[in-house]
Amino acid sequence: MMDIHKRGYAQPDMLVSTQWVEDHLNDADVRFIESDEDTLLYFSGHIPHAVNVDWVADLNDPVRRDYIEKEGFEELMSRLGMTKDTLAIFYGDQNNWWACYAFWVFQLFGHSKAKIMDGGRLKWEKEGRPMSKDQTDFPRSAYTANNRDDGKIRVFREQVLQHVQQKKSLIDVRSPEEFSGERLHMANYPNEGALRGGHIPGAKNVPWSRAIDTDTGEFKPADELQKIYMHYLNIQPQDEIITYCRIGERSSHTWFVLTYLLGFENVRNYDGSWTEYGNLVNVPIER
Amino acid sequence: MSLLPGKLNDIIDQLNMVDDVMERSHFLVSYANKFETIPSEIAQPPYPKQNMVPHCESEAYVWVQERNDHTVKLYFAVDNPSGISAKALAVILDQALSGLPPEQVARVNPDIVEKIFRQNMSMGKGMGLSAMVQAVRVKAERIAQQRAMNED
Repeated sequence: MMDIHKRGYAQPDMLVSTQWVEDHLNDADVRFIESDEDTLLYFSGHIPHAVNVDWVADLNDPVRRDYIEKEGFEELMSRLGMTKDTLAIFYGDQNNWWACYAFWVFQLFGHSKAKIMDGGRLKWEKEGRPMSKDQTDFPRSAYTANNRDDGKIRVFREQVLQHVQQKKSLIDVRSPEEFSGERLHMANYPNEGALRGGHIPGAKNVPWSRAIDTDTGEFKPADELQKIYMHYLNIQPQDEIITYCRIGERSSHTWFVLTYLLGFENVRNYDGSWTEYGNLVNVPIER
Repeated sequence: MSLLPGKLNDIIDQLNMVDDVMERSHFLVSYANKFETIPSEIAQPPYPKQNMVPHCESEAYVWVQERNDHTVKLYFAVDNPSGISAKALAVILDQALSGLPPEQVARVNPDIVEKIFRQNMSMGKGMGLSAMVQAVRVKAERIAQQRAMNED
């Protein structure tokens, strides 16, 4: 596909190409971070010098349904040998779905020196670029994190209900079957399901994967993204938008697209998503 | 009482002895590294749709063939280069179930996926892997039924 800087994105510098990554493999102030749905992938081989961030073990609180706190993030970043000046380049499987999720959690702590490798792990592999099975260890650092800020890019259920009442835009990025309520939960995985099927009232359905060029795995150019989001949903960059899915990971991909590629100023991700909303008592649901 | 075939129980027991996430991941990857795609004399790409595992993002294909001794042999293909878990599961299923009668293979519960992969298995991945086991079961069941009809 065309060069990232020619695709018309609001912030093209939030993406790097696979070639850029290969050219910077040995940069000490860059950390390549793999984050996958399939947690075996990293151990089967990864970009040389890349570290692994596990979406459950590293980013989630082990007891509460919440993300790690300041101390947990400091421990993670120190273990990865990172400082506030280290540029984090995220990549992963599933067209960077989990990479965007990890990126989003990093932004809760304000680690703004972060980008996504366009095309993700699959593009890197398909291009035959170098892979390594070596364990990556960096000297431990002493990272001092900001407190987690849930106010700017994250929303909770009360805010979602208010948003619904105010008839503001919600984007449900799940599959059409999940959106319609036809599919309640996946077989054998009721713990990621909900008691009710459907969607949050007023939400429009744009599956997250529509932002991806299926041939290359890269993000589509801005004009195509504008058609998908702005024209179809009739939303503008200054609008308040909430994205959600089942547990907030697919919707962080759409959050990234709207915020950085289309320049939306006020997009927040509802990570409680349908597993919370679809289990709430006495809230309105649409089918 | 466990209905799992002995070899499958052994593999799960071995995995259960490894608590460290990294070590366990390497163990599973070592299975995946043994993956061999279905021999070309049996099937060649593009593989038939009837062998494709539904809901599996790894684009996995399953074959269950009856052998002369009334046991079955399992074969797999995984088209997605990122389908490392699918490959690991394919090797485990082949090692544990090939050589058993189809009736026994048809009774293997897809919940073995959770026992093998345990934590960190997302819903989508779990569904795809369970569908692989289910595809093996369905094909083994069909062979068992065909045999029963032939014996009648």
